[in-house]
Amino acid sequence: VSTLVVAEHEGGFVKPSSLSALAAAEAIGKDDNRVSLLLGGSGPGLHKAAEHAASSHPLVSEVLVADSDVFAHPLAEPWAELLRSVQHKGGYSHVIASSTSFGKNLLPRAAALLDVSPVTDVTSISEPRVFVRPIYAGNALCTVRYTGEDPCMMSIRSTSFSPTEAMSEAKVVPITQVDLSFLSEGSSGKSAWVNLKSQDTERPDLANAPVVVTGGRGLKSAENFKVLEQLAEKLGAAVGATRAAVDAGFVPNELQVGQTGKIVAPELYMAFGVSGAIQHLAGMRDSKVIVAVNKDADAPIFQVADYGIVADLFEVLDELLKKLPDKK
Amino acid sequence: MKILVAVKRVVDYAVKVRVRPDRTGVETASVKMSMNPFCEIAVEEALRLREAGAATEVVAATVGPSQSADTLRTALAMGADRAVHVLHDPDPSRPLLPLTVAKILRALALQENPGLVILGKQAIDDDCNQTGQMLAGLLNWPQGTFASKVILNKEKATVEREVDGGIETISLDLPAVITTDLRLNQPRYATLPNIMKAKSKVIKKVTPEDLDVDIRSDMEVVEVTEPPKRKAGVILSSVDELIDRLKNEARVL
Repeated sequence: VSTLVVAEHEGGFVKPSSLSALAAAEAIGKDDNRVSLLLGGSGPGLHKAAEHAASSHPLVSEVLVADSDVFAHPLAEPWAELLRSVQHKGGYSHVIASSTSFGKNLLPRAAALLDVSPVTDVTSISEPRVFVRPIYAGNALCTVRYTGEDPCMMSIRSTSFSPTEAMSEAKVVPITQVDLSFLSEGSSGKSAWVNLKSQDTERPDLANAPVVVTGGRGLKSAENFKVLEQLAEKLGAAVGATRAAVDAGFVPNELQVGQTGKIVAPELYMAFGVSGAIQHLAGMRDSKVIVAVNKDADAPIFQVADYGIVADLFEVLDELLKKLPDKK
Repeated sequence: MKILVAVKRVVDYAVKVRVRPDRTGVETASVKMSMNPFCEIAVEEALRLREAGAATEVVAATVGPSQSADTLRTALAMGADRAVHVLHDPDPSRPLLPLTVAKILRALALQENPGLVILGKQAIDDDCNQTGQMLAGLLNWPQGTFASKVILNKEKATVEREVDGGIETISLDLPAVITTDLRLNQPRYATLPNIMKAKSKVIKKVTPEDLDVDIRSDMEVVEVTEPPKRKAGVILSSVDELIDRLKNEARVL
């Protein structure tokens, strides 16, 4: 078994979602699995991330670095060709990426270039080629066996694979530059990155936050979401939202939790004014502890909540803000 | 310019699906079927581009059994000009995979020569989120996935995409493949006169063999099961009680 993990990095570090992909590589094979980790981009951040990658997991035997401005932005066209080229050279049996917007955009395109069918959103690995993945918004779990040629490609749900503790710095694995001569003939150049509009926030990343507080249609306005943000502040939590709240313009789209938004599985998930549509439940049902506050006692969210309060959410929010201690 | 839109017939989004007792899949007999919601958004976007004068013709296509013709009729009733139905009867243990669908759509794209192909970003049944990206890769066209805004000018498409960190804007040379996200538009309902009109529009039937596409499935469904149920929780009467339980019982505060 040999595995290529397509990793993302930020601020000189491999992203937590990619560390989860390494944990998935471990689930495929521990003793006879040669793991290579691929990073792309340019500048000092890339090289710092490569050093982080080199000591990120005991199974990593090599870090591959594609150093070019072409990879500075997550454009699927050059990245898919990079992946094809690296796969042709390395002949990996498995290729893993995390189900981030980067991974979802890239992996199927690269798989098509390699003429293989990838497995989306793997949540569990029972055998090196047998996987469990949710279908129908998580209302059913499908076990599939991949019977095609190498590589067996998959995207994994990072919430289902906990990264292993960082290893000691003692092991130093080689960092190799990827030969980029394939770039000249490809489709790169047909797409161009323009910009990324993001909200500056001090909050933890929604996908990895240990506590998530979410607002639904019941929040009624963007103003009211500020109260939810105060609670998030107190709990060191990330703020999430339902599709209804995003569609109503209360909060930006990247806060949407659900089947087609972010998948979260925090220690504590607190839902305020969330009815609990199946599409929303799909994004948070694996949370450890779920709290729901809704004035409608029949709201489906109460069927998955560990603790429910049937009351006006604004009164509960006010009381929580008064009674909860500040997070140090 | 012509726009090709791919649509899929799926279990309606409001249906609570049930796993079949024999664990081969979910119950689809006598269950309401509809056009995949992301595909509706794709049809709507194509129609708006045609109405704005950026496109001249909208062609809807699907791959599926004879009943999938209903989904094409829906696209035609919304306003698509004509449709292509690639007939394929499914085998539950060997599902039709996105790669095969992408190969079929490539064959159609090479016949139809569209300036743009629009697809939903994912189907709400298998939740794969692959076909658009694969089609773009097979055609060697650029891709704008998870689109929340599309602006066409003569040779380029500017696409705003919903990504993890916010809204990303990219610029694509045409022809290109676009997949739709929820915020792209609000699909229209087909009106009765348009439903009547759609009955006389043409649905061309072809087979994968006609298109020279081999149906290959490299995925075997071992079993389909219910997800683990969460234990029923408790309704608390006060915020004090909630704080106490979170601290001392759940130990998450």
